[in-house]
This record gives sequence, C-alpha cells and structure tokens, in this order.
Amino acid sequence: MPKHFLNPNNWVDLYSDYLFNYTITRVNDRVIAQDLVSETFLAGLNAMKNFKGEAAERTWLISILKRKIIDYYRKINSNKGKAEVRMTYNDSDSEGDWLEERIADPFDRTAEDTIENEELAEAIQNCLSKLPKKQAEVFKKKTILNQETETISKELNITASNLWVIVHRARVALASCLEKNWF
Amino acid sequence: MGLFFIKCEEAGHVCDKHQYEEASITEKIKLNIHLFYCSACRKHSATNKKLTSLLKNISLQFLSSEEKEQLKKTFEKELQKHQH
Repeated sequence: MPKHFLNPNNWVDLYSDYLFNYTITRVNDRVIAQDLVSETFLAGLNAMKNFKGEAAERTWLISILKRKIIDYYRKINSNKGKAEVRMTYNDSDSEGDWLEERIADPFDRTAEDTIENEELAEAIQNCLSKLPKKQAEVFKKKTILNQETETISKELNITASNLWVIVHRARVALASCLEKNWF
Repeated sequence: MGLFFIKCEEAGHVCDKHQYEEASITEKIKLNIHLFYCSACRKHSATNKKLTSLLKNISLQFLSSEEKEQLKKTFEKELQKHQH
C-alpha cells in the first residue's frame, strides 16, 4: 500500500467544499458547518504528528470532522429531558383512530429519499473533486449555481465555445465516474 | 441536406446546451434528426439526460469565495505558527 503524506498548504483548496457539504447535510446550518470545517483543519494541523500515513488525506480529515460533528450534537443535547412524547387518547374525538397512526405509512418515502440523496450528493462531490480545478469550477458555476454562460465567460475570461467544451468534458467525466453506482 | 444533418461533434454540443435549456428550436430539431440515425450519440444523449436528472435531485452547497477566503485566512495564520 502506498504511504500517504499530509500537505496542509492545499487543504483549504482541495477539501473545504467536500467537508463543507458533508457537514451541512448533517447540521443544516451554514455558519455552524463553516465553523466545524475550520475547526477540523486546525485540529488536523495539531494532530499531524499522529498521522500514520495509512489513510488518504481526505479520509483522515473526514474522520476528524465526524468527531467534531458528534461533539457538536453532544453539546447541544446536554440538556436532557426536554423531549417528551405526549399521546392523549382520552377525549372522545380521537377514540378509535390510534391504530392507523402507529403503523408506518408506505407512501411516505421521504426519509429514504433523503438518505439516498445525501449519498448521491456525496458521490457527486467526490467525483467533482477528481476533476481538474478549472473544469470543476466552470461546471459548478454553470450547473449548480446556475449562472449565465455570459457571466461565467466574462468572469473567467474565456469564450463561450471554450466554456461549452469545458462543460462537456466535465459532464463526460462525471457521468463515467458515477456510472458504476448511479446509472 | 447539410441544413438538417449535423456531425456528432455538433450534436454533442447541442445536447449539452439542451441540458441547460439553452438550445434553440432549430438546434433541437437537428439534434433529433441526428439521434434518429446515430446510436452512439443516442447513448451519449441518454447518459447526459440522466446526469442532469441526478443533479436535479440533490442539493449541493458550496462555500462562497468570501467564506473560503475567511477559512483560508484563519487556517494560514495557524499554519504559519506551525512552520516556525
């Protein structure tokens, strides 16, 4: 197995989007997600001497981030006993309704859908991080931020047809990267 | 003839534009004529469409460039301490 090395100079450029997206699907708050990512990088820096080179850099950072997310939830959940489920079936109105309410609704697939979408988002993020930097940048602007062709070409100083070539290459690369699990 | 028959390269380009709803009606007609007889482009077109629908299903969120700058600043300050 090849030995992995850490190169913190590139961390923010290479991994911040990946880590941020990973965090935001779990904490649902931009500011908190940003803080957690920032803390992860700093913690990684402080723990560099403990890195054994067994995992890839990103995997290692993700494992630190996971701890940070768990810690975050521990902190906000330390006030126990606030959650309570109340069911009142004492009034005559709701009598007889309770059985239906307790079984799973087969048409409610939202939880499963959310999980699948999170996995897909991670897969796409992962594939995006393998693209050349410029390709990924143009593709993100065009597809995810939905910016106009003209705006992007002006900002990056490229021609429209140049932009389409880049988008095309990115799409082909992404499709083949996702092919195994999602097509 | 040349008016309606396009090469694979152009078909691919129109297909990409179509994914962002930027292809004109004539371009779409030309693309469909091309797909009628070109199976390679048909396959690529299907994959491309599928990719678009996958991308619609998810919400990817990215740091804005200011947020990234901020992150970088904090980190680089700390990094410098470590390199001395």
